[in-house]
Parts: sequence; C-alpha cells; structure tokens
Amino acid sequence: MIKYGNHRFPGKLFVVEGTDGSGKSTQLTLLYQWLKAEGYPVSFSEWNSSPLVKATTKRAKKRHLFTPATFSLLHATDFADRTERDIIPPLKAGSIVLADRYIYTAFARDVARGCDRDWVRDVYSFAVRPNVAFFFRAPLKVAVDRIVSGRPRLKYYEAGSDMGWSDDPEESFTIFQGKILDEYDRMVDEFGLTKIDATQSIEKQQREMRKLISQHLSRRRFKAH
Amino acid sequence: MGRSTHIALLRTWLESRGHAVLDTGMTRSILAGRGIKEAKTGHTLGRLTMQLFYATDFIDRLENKMLPALRSGFIVLTDRYIYSAMARAEVRGIDSNWVRSIYGMALVPDAIFYLRVNSPQQLVERVLASGKGFDYWESGMDLHLGEDFYDSFIEYQTRMLNVFDRMTTEYGFHVLNASRSVRSVAADLRRAVLKLIDQSFAEDESRTQAASRSEPAATSPRGPDKTRTQEVAER
Repeated sequence: MIKYGNHRFPGKLFVVEGTDGSGKSTQLTLLYQWLKAEGYPVSFSEWNSSPLVKATTKRAKKRHLFTPATFSLLHATDFADRTERDIIPPLKAGSIVLADRYIYTAFARDVARGCDRDWVRDVYSFAVRPNVAFFFRAPLKVAVDRIVSGRPRLKYYEAGSDMGWSDDPEESFTIFQGKILDEYDRMVDEFGLTKIDATQSIEKQQREMRKLISQHLSRRRFKAH
Repeated sequence: MGRSTHIALLRTWLESRGHAVLDTGMTRSILAGRGIKEAKTGHTLGRLTMQLFYATDFIDRLENKMLPALRSGFIVLTDRYIYSAMARAEVRGIDSNWVRSIYGMALVPDAIFYLRVNSPQQLVERVLASGKGFDYWESGMDLHLGEDFYDSFIEYQTRMLNVFDRMTTEYGFHVLNASRSVRSVAADLRRAVLKLIDQSFAEDESRTQAASRSEPAATSPRGPDKTRTQEVAER
C-alpha cells in the first residue's frame, strides 16, 4: 500500500488538536483568514465531515449503536474518505490544507475509550503526516468549564457516557476529557506535536502560530490569478 | 457462488437437527450496512474508505451478533468473513498487513468453506442469469482494468480467483467445487459440518465429565470462546 507518512507533496498540511474547549477551532479560523489574505490557496477539512459516512455516524450516535471499536473504525472510515478526497488531492496540487482535528484526536479518544494504542495507530497508518500539528493545551478545568457553560446539554458520546464511568454527564465528561488530555500529553514527544498554551490570549496564540507557519511557506505565493 | 442458497439450506438442516443458528453476512450490520450500500451507489468510494467501512460493518456484527451468539452456544454461519475483504484489498494494491491488523480481533473460524468456480466465465453466466447485469464494484470498475464492464469483470474476477487460490493454503480453506449441482455441493457441506459438530460435542462431553468429577457443583455456562464460525468465502 501507499503509506503516505512524511509527504513530498508540494502543498502543506497544518492541523490543530486539543481537548474540547481548548480554542483550537477559533485559532484555525484566524489562521485561515490570514493565509487567504496573504494569497495562498487554502482548503479546509473538518473532523467527521465525509459525505459518504456522515449519515451513518449521525444515526449511530442517535441510536447509541457504537462500541469503542466500531466508534474508532467508523471515524477512521470518515477520515479515509477525507484523506482520499479532501487532503491528498489539494496537497498534490500545491494547496495549503488545514485540518480541524486529525489522527491524534482518534488516538486520544479511542485509547481513552479503551482501544489498544497500537491497533488505533495501525488503523490510521495510511494518514499523511502533517507539516505542523498544533496541540492547544488547556488545563482540564478550564476546558471543561468552557464546554459545560456554553452548552445546554452534553451529548452522549461527547460526554463518554457509553463508558459507564458515571451517570452524571458532566462528571463523565470530566473523566473522559482527563483521559484524553493524558493521551495528548504522551503524544507530544511521540509525534512531535507543537504545544501551545491555550490559556494565553487569543492574539498571542495566533501570533505564535503564524510565526511558526511562516517558516513552512515559500516566499513565492501561488496567486489565484 | 450460490453462497446464500447454501447458507439457507445449511441453516434449515442444522435447525431441524436441533441446533440454534445465527446467520449473518457482509453489509448486514445495523451500524454500517445501509451506509455502505448508499456509498456504493455513487462511484466516489475510495479504496481505503471502502476497506474501513467494511471493517466497521464486520466488527459491529462480530461484537453485537456473532460473539453473543457463540457465547450462547449458537452455530454461526456467515456469508463471507474477513477473507473476502482481504482479497478485495489485495487486488486493489492495499498493504495486506494493514488489513490484517485492522481485523486483528476477528476469531479464527472453525471452518472456512470456499465455494470455488473454475473460471470467471462461470461467474459471467451467473450474472447473466440474474438479469441484473454487471455490478460496478463486482466488475472492479474502480480499478480501470478494461474497456467496458465485461472486460473489467473478467480481469477483476481472475485476479480475485488467484488471490483466493493462494489464500486456500495460507488459511486452510475447505474447497468445494461449486460448478456442480446445488444438491451435491449441499451434501458435501453437510458432511463437513456434521464432522465438526460431532467433534465439538465429543469435546464438550469429555469436558463436562472432567468438570463434574473435579467440581460437582459447577454450574458455569459454556465456555465463551467456543467458536463455530463458518465462512463461506466469496466465489
């Protein structure tokens, strides 16, 4: 099989990772605006957005059909479709691709759910390695507060309620996010994630991101016209 | 080659003999069956995505149907197991180690029956008899192997047959010549299954006897890992 690994495509792949409530999506949107304004071709790929898989995921979440293994595999299916459709072709064409969550999300979540660490890594071994993977790290309490205060109700799988850790969704969510954060922390060295302190101001985090990303961009921009 | 016919016959026969049977098959999971069918109506299903979608379907049926049934002492008949998925992957140039690691949690079946035809032309006859015409995926159209569905079908199925033949020794398929009448293939299947059942009951008997000697009050249920899965391989 083609294992993409460290890609040699002319485009660049930047991804953001972190627990829910770490502010990563906000940062990615700001980055997108900047790259656009600078004249780079940019495309965007979001976790869980494959048109082929979306309906299945939605139905399974609603009807609580997942086990940890099938949760992992269906998300991998979604990711494979986006890799084949939204990630590799633009990279080959020289575009910048931004991904809101990447394989590290699966590694963190699925292992937190009890899947085997090596198995999950094997399943995703077809993935392209990002040029930079940002890990927005917020302390557990900060992240949990941001989510819990902003949402009327935590969703079943989001809260990790399928694991039976606690009947209280908020408590279950905190346990789940704690496990996820542990997994992220151990991946920093394993995958060379770029850690960003998500308690800093939004502006400061964005400056840090832009500075690092600039080093990966050629001075010659591909203008759209 | 007549897989569903043979599974139906086998099921009826087993039940009439007093065995509980679960029959299942590819794309029949509650979780992913419908999604796979929908994804296949378009032609945008990529080869990696396809593999993982089928794996999701398989693991869902394994965890929610096959394992619980085996634990309760059922005989499980499955219309294709992991070998068909692995063959399709291989024909598409996907690393077999990757596919094998995905299916790492699958149980090794007690028997894998491979209903084998001698040539892709025999498969063509079946396609014609079905009146449905050539299927895009069964013809390997995603691989661009020929000028049209027919050429592509022949080439694709030839490759599949080669992979299955190689797997026959690798995984110990029990090969049945499917070019014969339904009646004689069914008779062979019954004979082979009967042998497995007899063996398995003999083992059960001796285990029960051993258990009652050492621990008279033991009321534990049957061992959970008693596997009686039979794969009827694709073609």
